[in-house]
Amino acid sequence: MIAYAGKRLLALIPILAVVGVTVFLVIHITPGDPAAIMLGPDATPDQVAALRQTMGLNQPLWAQFLDWAGRVLRGDLGYSVFLHQGVSAAIGSHLGPTLALAIFAEVLAVAVAVPAGITAARHRGTAVDQSFMGVALLGVSVPSFLLGLFLVLVFAVLLGWLPSGGYRDPADGLGAFLRFLVLPAVALAAMQAALIARMSRSSMLDVLGSNYIKTAKAKGVSEFLTVYKHAVKNAALPIMTVVGQSFGALMTGAVVIETVFNIPGMGQLVINSIQRRDFVVIQGVVLTIALIYVLINLVVDLLYGVLDPRLRAERSGVT
Amino acid sequence: MTSTVTKTSETPAQLIRQALRHERRNLLFRRISRNQLLVSGGVIFAFMLLAAVLVPIFLGQNPLSVDPANRLQAPGGIHILGTDTFGRDLLSRILAGGRSSLLIGCLVAVFSSVLGLVLGLYSAFYRRTGAVLMRIVDGLMAFPAILLAIAIMAALGAKTSNVIIALIVVFTPHVARVVRAAALVVKTQTYVEALNALGAGPTRILWLNVVPNLMSPLVVQATFIFADSLIVEAALSFVGAGVPAPAPSWGNILYEGKTVIYNGWWMTVFPGLAIMLTVLSINLLGDGLRDLLDPRQVVAR
Repeated sequence: MIAYAGKRLLALIPILAVVGVTVFLVIHITPGDPAAIMLGPDATPDQVAALRQTMGLNQPLWAQFLDWAGRVLRGDLGYSVFLHQGVSAAIGSHLGPTLALAIFAEVLAVAVAVPAGITAARHRGTAVDQSFMGVALLGVSVPSFLLGLFLVLVFAVLLGWLPSGGYRDPADGLGAFLRFLVLPAVALAAMQAALIARMSRSSMLDVLGSNYIKTAKAKGVSEFLTVYKHAVKNAALPIMTVVGQSFGALMTGAVVIETVFNIPGMGQLVINSIQRRDFVVIQGVVLTIALIYVLINLVVDLLYGVLDPRLRAERSGVT
Repeated sequence: MTSTVTKTSETPAQLIRQALRHERRNLLFRRISRNQLLVSGGVIFAFMLLAAVLVPIFLGQNPLSVDPANRLQAPGGIHILGTDTFGRDLLSRILAGGRSSLLIGCLVAVFSSVLGLVLGLYSAFYRRTGAVLMRIVDGLMAFPAILLAIAIMAALGAKTSNVIIALIVVFTPHVARVVRAAALVVKTQTYVEALNALGAGPTRILWLNVVPNLMSPLVVQATFIFADSLIVEAALSFVGAGVPAPAPSWGNILYEGKTVIYNGWWMTVFPGLAIMLTVLSINLLGDGLRDLLDPRQVVAR
């Protein structure tokens, strides 16, 4: 297991290097002088020169990268001249709503999709299966921000049951917190729920067709036990992968959903920064979310190793 | 006289071959027409495409002409789907937005397929280059699609051509990975070995013999990228990092609609339906194509 974990961790190094270089380059693929763009057309040459100096833009590219990477590794994501605040601090103060939204959406998605997928697999080919999978196909085709707008139209504008946007801190009362979060969470969860349901169904179908399930059935194990005790265990691995990946997707989806519902999270931070061309903040947010994404995938990989002994035993990995 | 000459000139073998060809074409036609996913997806998609291209000619409305006196008119009258916050005709804006969305999606699907094909192909056949390329692909795929697109758009600036560039960068790694996986399978086939033994050069083997066998996964992947890039483009334009106003796009119409969601439901509902239907039709088309091109999967599932 330690060898397996070590191999996974080593595989992370080139990924993190590419992620780092890409994020670093964001500021440098800008056509023109980033400092001049950030300050706008009214800036004097002196101001531009001063900002270039503070951003370190006068150094050669490799020196800038090493400098930047060194600071990032120490947890310093830079200083935003627009926010008058360190980027790490800005991200810290915006992370809460995004995480709350993503976690709420993940719980919703898993709670609906896994049972739905398993049910569809058990009743394969019937009306139940077809209607579940039809809804899932629809779910994959509706972008989450669009579903969010439709939900606002129905539940806020037409029925007036729920607020059309905004965010309440859980400290202000759980009821208000949930009331403000339920529409964005449902909008965000739908597409991932559709993906998880499709994956649960196909992975259950694979397992249900295998010989040991036939054996279990033949020796008279009840349908319920066959499905929920024997089959689910083996079907869980691919489902877990999708669930893990979906959390990363939910974090990014939240970026767009926050614009729909005016939630003061990382999404709003990055979108406002785009309009201001505040590259330091954009780099920080993109790097943070990409890191969360990579770490979740690592955790899923490691869990895989815990749950599936065959993976641990494998000496030479397939590329 | 001439007809009898052509008839008698055909040998029985030719006749049989002709009949077989006819039969095969019939079979293909039957498989396509039986494939409900492909047909329904194709019909809806063709409808959206034709509407986006042809209807503006008959409509005679300029999607950019502002008319403040008639702002936020409800659907009906000359403005079939109503007007937006500047009094512009919503239907013609949706159709114009559709044209640019479909063009963007199409260009992204084509360019990222070609690039992904080249990268995937060579990384499957050349170990060292492949290892390096695949690490870069892994790294780029560590970014969630919309986030990477937002980062690139933030750097390049909101412009339609930059949307296309950003989406190509985002989706090419996905194609490269699929192509590489398929190419690694083809590489072990006996006929590749045989071609090697016969002295065929690598370029000839790769492009004349391997590539044709990669076409079905590639085409299926391309349709899904088409659908995904429509969604990502709409999201980018919605958050203000995509097609810049005043040029219409489904995303930025929806953003304007959001600001007036309490007074103008049509600005949210109609462009929203346009996105949904188009993406759904392309997804259906993709599922159908997969069934058509890879019949083994149908048997397996």
